[in-house]
Amino acid sequence: MAEHYLGLFMKSVFVENLALAFFLGMCTFLAVSKNVKTATGLGIAVIVIQTITVPANNLIYQHLLKEGTLDWISSDFSTVDLTFVGLISYIGVIAAMVQILEMTLDRFFPPLYNALGIFLPLITVNCAILGGTLFMVERDYNFPESVVFGFGSGLGWALAIMALAGIREKLKYSDVPHGLRGLGITFITVGLMALAFMAFGGIQL
Amino acid sequence: MASKPKDVLFDPVFKNNPIALQILGICSALAVTSKMETTVVMCIAVIFVVAFSNAAVALIRHQIPSSIRIIVQMTIIASLVILVDQFLRAYLFDISKQLSVFVGLIITNCIVMGRAEGFAMKNNVKDSFLDGIGNGLGYSFILLAVGFVRELFGSGKLFGYEIAKVTTDGGWYVPNGLMLLPPSAFFLIGLLIWIIRTAYPDQVEEA
Repeated sequence: MAEHYLGLFMKSVFVENLALAFFLGMCTFLAVSKNVKTATGLGIAVIVIQTITVPANNLIYQHLLKEGTLDWISSDFSTVDLTFVGLISYIGVIAAMVQILEMTLDRFFPPLYNALGIFLPLITVNCAILGGTLFMVERDYNFPESVVFGFGSGLGWALAIMALAGIREKLKYSDVPHGLRGLGITFITVGLMALAFMAFGGIQL
Repeated sequence: MASKPKDVLFDPVFKNNPIALQILGICSALAVTSKMETTVVMCIAVIFVVAFSNAAVALIRHQIPSSIRIIVQMTIIASLVILVDQFLRAYLFDISKQLSVFVGLIITNCIVMGRAEGFAMKNNVKDSFLDGIGNGLGYSFILLAVGFVRELFGSGKLFGYEIAKVTTDGGWYVPNGLMLLPPSAFFLIGLLIWIIRTAYPDQVEEA
């Protein structure tokens, strides 16, 4: 059993890395990776949000939305399938969690709060978070699996953004063609990183 | 911000492209572009959502209290995306399967949210609608360009029709496998940005 969870964890961190294998959360991934410190802060925020929201949405999906799960109210509801309102409820949970994290950071870690700035509310629209939830639904994970998957995928995303930030810091000293500077070369760097991560694709866990 | 309807509509396509300049909505740009068919469906879906969510937000912009505006915008966008998702499932089931989670991810496509917050909250319904279509087109422009190159060079086809016969079927064209893999989208968008920024040098940022 423990092996199963460890396998799932390694898979969600490396093989199915949200940033480099599915390209989720790219907007923030490219915009906030200018230096390692901010990238680390954002990475941690994503890990926390992901670890909370994926299991929370898992509970909502397994106990409220899935066909037949409303049986406990009355048998009339046993054929009700509410999965079509899933998107609204998941995004509601995510928005609420981000709001809570924002208030907590503002109160206890003001420097990190100021450093993240506009990108904290933007975690709400970070595709990695919603994507994690949607993959969880699509693969029908149970509760413990969703905890492992949430944490693993958040960690994978954080590692990827920190790695990119490290490369970009070094990149400042290189002589890049004029039109390619900034965003262009970042895209190509990420492309190469993604190519490298594809090497994990063959690993069976 | 330009006020003429034509400028509102066409500015985002080249001069102020949401993907190339504003770094918005990249996630889906990469994942769905390996075939033209899925790319076109995705583009239409995004144009629809961005145009109507912009119009809807602009319509009620005076009634939305600013403290809960994000949630209101999210709800409008999510409702529109659910419409699109159900429609695709009903009429284009195969493509809907291929797009998998990326239809749902239109909700978190930063273009939609960014335009609602940045433009529709301050402008009237007509301009917002046009701005939505314009940004949708700007997004589609990049996606279609990337999708075109990827399908043509990756499998020698366009919209599933054979353009160049590949060697495995006894033809002459050796397909470039890299083009079918997701990283190629990065290289292509990087190159596109290079071209756009060479044409409009004022967009270059000093990194």
